[in-house]
Amino acid sequence: MSILSLKSVSKSFGALTVTDDASFDVLQGQALGIIGPNGAGKSTLFNLITGNVRADGGSIHFEGRDVTRASAMERCLIGIGRSFQIPQPFEKLTVYENLLVAATHGRNLSEAIVRDDCADILERTELIRRANVPAGRLSLLERKRLELARAMATQPKLLLLDEIAGGLTEGECQALIRTIKDIHARGVTIIWIEHVLHALTSVVERLLVLDFGKVIGLGDPEEIMASREVQEIYLGIEV
Amino acid sequence: MAYSVTTQTPASRIAAIAGVILISLLIALPFFAGRGTIQDMFFILTMLVLAQFWNLLAGYGGLVSIGQQAFVGTGAYALFGVVILWGVDPVPAIFCAGIAALVIAVPTAFFAFRLNGAYFAIGTWVIAEVVRLLVAQWKMLGGGTGTSLPRDATRDMWFIESIESTLGLRSAAARDVLAYWLALVLALATIGGIYWLLRTRRGLALAAVRDNTEAAKSVGVDAGRMKWIVFLTSAFGTGLAGGLIYMQKARISPDAAFSVTDWTAYVIFIVVIGGIGTIEGPIIGVLVFFALQTLLADFGSWYLMTLGVLAVVVMLVAPRGLWGLLSEQTGLHLFPIRRRLTGGKLASSEE
Repeated sequence: MSILSLKSVSKSFGALTVTDDASFDVLQGQALGIIGPNGAGKSTLFNLITGNVRADGGSIHFEGRDVTRASAMERCLIGIGRSFQIPQPFEKLTVYENLLVAATHGRNLSEAIVRDDCADILERTELIRRANVPAGRLSLLERKRLELARAMATQPKLLLLDEIAGGLTEGECQALIRTIKDIHARGVTIIWIEHVLHALTSVVERLLVLDFGKVIGLGDPEEIMASREVQEIYLGIEV
Repeated sequence: MAYSVTTQTPASRIAAIAGVILISLLIALPFFAGRGTIQDMFFILTMLVLAQFWNLLAGYGGLVSIGQQAFVGTGAYALFGVVILWGVDPVPAIFCAGIAALVIAVPTAFFAFRLNGAYFAIGTWVIAEVVRLLVAQWKMLGGGTGTSLPRDATRDMWFIESIESTLGLRSAAARDVLAYWLALVLALATIGGIYWLLRTRRGLALAAVRDNTEAAKSVGVDAGRMKWIVFLTSAFGTGLAGGLIYMQKARISPDAAFSVTDWTAYVIFIVVIGGIGTIEGPIIGVLVFFALQTLLADFGSWYLMTLGVLAVVVMLVAPRGLWGLLSEQTGLHLFPIRRRLTGGKLASSEE
């Protein structure tokens, strides 16, 4: 069963078409990776799915429901969670409070009820010792973890990760992969944009290639990586 | 070990006890203080209320308004209107002042929320000017020259008679005492109410919207609704304060009631000097402001220049105000809102 379905979704900023007739389905419980060169429209595609940007045309369905016109807040409430490419923490709030905002509002529950869930997520994302530190004082790795932890706090059915492994050391990257695999193992559907390909391919079951806003490939990661278009884009090989 | 959450700090417990003693002293003040002190305290308390609401708007809601005089003036004129035209007692009329400001705030927000940042600030100012010009056309309330509260309305106000007999005061002094007590109630309710709001999950949402609106929306926060709540609450409270201030003055004119200097510039000074985004800041700020005003009262325009220079210096040296500087150095919070997670894996070593 498909949890997310895009049909002919398009978006332009002025004369620049950033999403061009994108259509694809994501199955329930699947992990989909998205790759493509810089400026291919990957983050815009995410913003269209999460409602931070409105589509010019086409339709987006989540669990069979038309959410094309729904706001970012509404999409969070029905189960779409996200991390931002450039971490966007609530800087003056503590790490714990960052999760608390997400859990109380994203799930519409009281602070007392979500307390243990938030603490559990902080343990799983290795942020627990930084729980009472203002988010503005975190390091890059910690900010990336906070993006992930905050998205998890809304208890999403579909989790969108935007370049969450970028800029991390190999060791940090491995720790992050473990955490993401753990989330995926709990049944959460994942869409992950990533330039760090080995991190991506160690988690995802399907791979989507985006170039100039168009979906130019979708399928098994190994086949996609071996395909001519991807080789051209990533290695600059003229075939 | 299980996790638990606390907001209290040892300092906040001491502050709570000191607060109770201070409040008792303030309630009893008219029994041993002279009329001058009561009037000064009335001024401090009403400015504190205005500052707390502007701080709620700008410091917590990120809505930098320079049009708060619209709500002071509207509240004040609403009070005069219902007292003069309908014969309502001035004390319950203060409530009408709040309602009137709330009513004006709805179309104001409708227009101003289309603007952001500096445009929002200027937009609110323009709207306040429009309201002032409209009120100046209201001939029954004196038009551009203004009017006074009728003598019998101020003489026969609620509670005045019992204050006169209990404290042995004349009517005018008793009115000051009444106004002072009402201002004290309003200030305590304001601080208590804002503190309560910040400790609920709405308060968390407000902080999230202030820090990052787009991210707040993405975790399910209704950012638009938070802005409305903050704007309307501030308008209501500012309107109440406006009504009360002019009930005490008993004389009104559009230029005074809609003064951008008195009801917005001074208020911003108080919040910025004291520390924006904290409840303690406006309290410190209003005391500094009052001290400066008393010291420099005889120096005319030098007074305003000193205020300006001081504001610039504080913004450069301590951008988070005097309270911000103090709490950064000492870690002191009198009204703690930070939720600290304790227990569990944090029990052994806390950072």
